[in-house]
Amino acid sequence: MTAHTANATATDQSQNTEEAIQARQRWMAVLARTERSVLETEWSNKYGDIIWNNLREPQIGMVMVRGRAGGAGQRFNLGEMTVTRCAVTLSDGTVGHSYIKGRDRVQAQYAALFDAVMLRDGAASDFIDTLAQQQAAAKRAHAHKVAATKVDFFTLVRGEDE
Amino acid sequence: MYVAVKGGERAINNAHRLLAEQRRGNKDIAEIETDQIEQQLSLSVTRVMAEGSLYDRDLAALAIKQARGDLIEAIFLMRAYRTTLPRFAFSKPIKTAEMDVSRRISATFKDLPGGQILGPTFDYTHRLLDFTLMANDEDPAEAPSGENPVDEHMPRVLDDILNYEGLIQDEPTPVDENAPVADLTREPIKFPAGRDLRLQNLSRGDEGFVLALGYSTQRGYANSHAFVGEIRYGTVSVEIEPEELGFAIDIGDIELTECETVNKFKGSKTKLPQFTRGYGLVFGQNERKSISMALVDRAMRANEMGEQIMGPAQDSEFVMEHSDNVQSTGFVEHIKLPHYVDFQGELELVRRMRAEVEARLSKRDADEAKSQSKAAE
Repeated sequence: MTAHTANATATDQSQNTEEAIQARQRWMAVLARTERSVLETEWSNKYGDIIWNNLREPQIGMVMVRGRAGGAGQRFNLGEMTVTRCAVTLSDGTVGHSYIKGRDRVQAQYAALFDAVMLRDGAASDFIDTLAQQQAAAKRAHAHKVAATKVDFFTLVRGEDE
Repeated sequence: MYVAVKGGERAINNAHRLLAEQRRGNKDIAEIETDQIEQQLSLSVTRVMAEGSLYDRDLAALAIKQARGDLIEAIFLMRAYRTTLPRFAFSKPIKTAEMDVSRRISATFKDLPGGQILGPTFDYTHRLLDFTLMANDEDPAEAPSGENPVDEHMPRVLDDILNYEGLIQDEPTPVDENAPVADLTREPIKFPAGRDLRLQNLSRGDEGFVLALGYSTQRGYANSHAFVGEIRYGTVSVEIEPEELGFAIDIGDIELTECETVNKFKGSKTKLPQFTRGYGLVFGQNERKSISMALVDRAMRANEMGEQIMGPAQDSEFVMEHSDNVQSTGFVEHIKLPHYVDFQGELELVRRMRAEVEARLSKRDADEAKSQSKAAE
């Protein structure tokens, strides 16, 4: 019985962990695509009182982007991209991380702060959802514009066969 | 003899001031902003990122402004900047199959699933100068939207359509996914070079050089007649797995152009004939470069395919040692820098040789004159 309970708990935990990781991956991806000014405004409006420290000052570096030959074969190094990373600690010890494309230290700072807030109590869930919706809408609008350039082939009947 | 040469400092400073003045041009005309370059000269930005081997649109725009539009100089600036940055990680291999396409065409299949998506292309324009742009009168209406969005996951022509019948070679996948990946930014190129190193070299190689070599393969300096199986241009997300997190995260999107060529088939009496592949992948929107890259990639697979080497594009050493425009510029242009001492040495050597020849000639003339006068006596 005890063993059974322990097993069940372990399974629940691993599911939770998996889900928690997926949720975190989602908001980190959304934050990486959000402009600095949007993050800055939201933070100063709602979270300005939060006490935090830099665990790692925003730092600019690079990631070597890898591709695959033929899209699916042997890996190769395509070229580098600039990336900024940051880590912050809230007063309760929650640590937030960010890795974002580009060289915007302020964006990386806020992305790490929102990561921490989301880890602590999910306080910015609505904000993240709104951003995710905006990003999806922009992507969809682009996909519609691109779709207008799709070729509609038609065949002319030349009437030679009677 | 050594002669210390000094005194260029003031001239150099003034030359750089003159350069700055000329870069700015006529001050009655508004200064160009890097944002404008980034937005409106986006294909220059793309080229500088690809050959500078650093994806950062703002930096590329700055480099173009600083270099007065000299793209190779701008590429040099990007390369120099990248040496100042630490490398945090390698990305997981990007998934071009999941690209959000802005363009996707095939020259081999007309009615392919997902369709022929033209996207923002110069193809089918008339190449007539548009003088409204000169009048700064451009205010294009918003591009129309289709009723349905393009498919999220476009099938791949080579893998999903051609390979369905086994008509094309499988992309050889190494068994060991943890095998090291060659990196020419960290180790000098060694020959024979693996395909990983060749692809990295081509992707950052000079567009003009790779284009010319690609063209040479079509004109008969390699035996690998190619079709464009598929070109796709769009955005893919980049994922890394930071150690401190222990799981993969998505750090943003980059633009890429990918080209896959379907080449001359290969087979034997016992093996079924199959088409072969060439691959091109480049930062940003750059179709010319990605097609050229795929042609040269295929040509450089000559040894692997047991083909006879009959053109420069098949010679990996020739291609890879001359494809880098920063390296080429460095060596070609360095001969304009002071070589006073070298040249002095050459000059003295030539003078000495001339003196020796002159001495020999005048001695011969004298001898001849002597023998003639003797004969006359």
